Amino acid sequence: MIRKIILGLLGVAWASAASADWELNMPQGVTELSAETYDLHMMVFWWCVAIGVVVFGVMIISLIKHRKSRGAQPANFSHSTSAEVIWTIIPCLILLIMAVPAAETMVKLEDSRDPDVSIVVTGYQWKWHYKYQDQDVDFYSTLSRDSLNARRKGSGIDPYSVENYLLDVDRPLVVPRGAKVRLLLTSNDVLHAWWVPDLAIKKDAIPGIVNETWFRAEQTGTYRGQCAELCGKDHGYMPVVVEVVEPDAFLAWVETQKDNATRVAANQ
Amino acid sequence: MATAAAELENHDDHGPAKGFSRWLFTTNHKDIGTLYLVFSLVMFFIGGTMALVIRTELMQPGLQFVHPEFFNQMTTMHALIMVFGAVMPAFVGLANWMIPMMIGAPDMALPRMNNWSFWILPVAFGILLSTLFMPGGAPASGWTMYPPLVLQTGNAFPFLIFSVHLMGISSIMGAINIIVTILNMRAPDMWLLKMPMFVWTWLITAYLLIAVMPVLAGAVTMLLTDQFFGTSFFLAAGGGDPVMFQHIFWFFGHPEVYIMILPAFGVVSEIIPTFSRKPLFGHDSMVYAASCIAFLSFIVWAHHMFTVGMPLSGQLFFMFATMIIAVPTGVKIFNWVATMWRGSMTFETPMLFSLAFVFLFTIGGFSGLMLAVAPADIQYHDSYFVVAHFHYVLVPGSIFAIFAAAYYWLPKWTGFMYNEAAGKLHFWTSTFFVNLTFFPMHFLGLAGMPRRIPDYSVQFADFNWLASVGALGFGISQLIFVYILLTSKQGATATDRVWEAPRGLEWTVPSPAPYHTFASPPKARIAEEAFD
Repeated sequence: MIRKIILGLLGVAWASAASADWELNMPQGVTELSAETYDLHMMVFWWCVAIGVVVFGVMIISLIKHRKSRGAQPANFSHSTSAEVIWTIIPCLILLIMAVPAAETMVKLEDSRDPDVSIVVTGYQWKWHYKYQDQDVDFYSTLSRDSLNARRKGSGIDPYSVENYLLDVDRPLVVPRGAKVRLLLTSNDVLHAWWVPDLAIKKDAIPGIVNETWFRAEQTGTYRGQCAELCGKDHGYMPVVVEVVEPDAFLAWVETQKDNATRVAANQ
Repeated sequence: MATAAAELENHDDHGPAKGFSRWLFTTNHKDIGTLYLVFSLVMFFIGGTMALVIRTELMQPGLQFVHPEFFNQMTTMHALIMVFGAVMPAFVGLANWMIPMMIGAPDMALPRMNNWSFWILPVAFGILLSTLFMPGGAPASGWTMYPPLVLQTGNAFPFLIFSVHLMGISSIMGAINIIVTILNMRAPDMWLLKMPMFVWTWLITAYLLIAVMPVLAGAVTMLLTDQFFGTSFFLAAGGGDPVMFQHIFWFFGHPEVYIMILPAFGVVSEIIPTFSRKPLFGHDSMVYAASCIAFLSFIVWAHHMFTVGMPLSGQLFFMFATMIIAVPTGVKIFNWVATMWRGSMTFETPMLFSLAFVFLFTIGGFSGLMLAVAPADIQYHDSYFVVAHFHYVLVPGSIFAIFAAAYYWLPKWTGFMYNEAAGKLHFWTSTFFVNLTFFPMHFLGLAGMPRRIPDYSVQFADFNWLASVGALGFGISQLIFVYILLTSKQGATATDRVWEAPRGLEWTVPSPAPYHTFASPPKARIAEEAFD
């Protein structure tokens, strides 16, 4: 744990000195539940730090004081019922303190009732398909052309020269800010998992099963994630990009998508 | 009759046979222990080489060395080889060598089966490694073998299943042997709660093995019939359920985690008292804690599956059950610290590895506790945070314990002290590089890097570079261990007790331990009192 803190401090120093690439912690995200998840994560982390300080502290004191080279004589005790009862009960209490808020957040995470927008997400090897329910809008979302060219072995293209390398798609998922968006996830072939850290959402897409999850993004912006369940050779190349826009902009976007769809249909 | 009895008492022809047949036909627990340990070391280097292929590719963003499909083969094979080929056989090897000597038995209870359970392993791993040269390559679906992806494996598929079956058979036979030996062949006055912790943890581990290896065999057999015989256990198109495989796999998989760590607990519980010159604190509560962990390991499997879409009540149950494991695990850690407290410690290599075990396994335990919290796990799941967590419990956990055990008992096995300076160098380089490799992975996972990807966005580049440097350093450090083994006969002659204050029957026999020990049972209490 001490190592963790030192490394953490080192990392912070480094990050401020050089670049912002030394990201150390989970993002707080842009939904109420992503913030709650972050708080839970930090709460458990600090409990671990506290326990670590006590346990490693005692151990380090012992390592320094009770060494033969300092002439320590070994004691001969081999049990203490009261000590053992104490260090069984205290961890139980700490766990209880952690479990209550965790369960509360869990209950909220599972409550996907009454959505404003409902989107069917289908995983394919290796792209995502999004279908807006009741909106007649659907499209595939694949890795952007720039990343696609650069990712090949021996492409000669420097990944640093590609904007959002491996985290950019041709057509992002667009959702309105402040709306409760329900995702219905399934898969056409093997298992996939839809993950956007800023939304604190990860859910498996499984053939033959429809999974549900939801989020309500509070800020506009572009949020990036990736497929999180090994799905074959191009598992690393099916990113998720979500664009959160103002509700008006969302409605306008839906109209343009419908126009596109009509035009494509007319051309056929 | 009299001559027959005389012949039975004549042990002159019981020495080791010569040449290769000694090893092929041996029924001697010490020979078989050595075979297991050498096999495990070879597998450790093969699996380690695969890890270095992975880390070399991940050193920089962009694909430099391997194609994604080969990368996936490496991650899959690395895991299968390390879990079933390196860690598990190493502990079985230690069990073979030490359990009969620790309980005062002349050999394992079922020596011919012992020979079988070892010699199945080279065949199993020969088959598994041969898949690297098959059309379609080696299995690339992860060691968890999730369908439907695993069914896309090429010609390697039936060989993967068959080799897993063989590994399972080997483990089950080894476990039966260990249980029968421990329950039937103890010295007369060594009652159960008097047994050394290593024997205890192995007894519990062996029961876990018997309980779950058949489950794994069942799961992979269902994969086989789905692929070749038209069943649809896991195929949605035929009415099957892909998630059912995950439930069955992790019902095996979670106890498997404890199969790999409980014997490590046992090793550390032997070593810390020796070098603290103080008896193990709370021996009986250690036994209860280990049993408790073993029981809980059967009811927490779905914490590997918080993102598959379980009912809320299921998720809550598995979250609470998982968190409870922290209690008995905590008891073990507190007891080790209490063993050190007011001891008289020295820091030979086995003790150094054991201390690093306590420190670093605890860090792995902390990340385990974080992973138990289901809403947070949704963020951690299948990210590098998980990779960091299980490597912390497996590398500076299980593997450090195996090194500690090797250094601790090596003088008893060979009759010579190993090179202590080289041992310390091995320890410090391993500890430095293991942290350099795996600590940054926590940050990568939290920042959003998924596991099992051959290439990544440039924001993850710096920590990946650090981890790769650490991995190369860790790999090279392990060559020091090979050097120590190769030069082990140049050291000073070991005394029978080897260390200053070890307890247990294994230290009452000469160093090196004769080919046959305890032809007649020792008095355990007398042996122990002699040391007090």
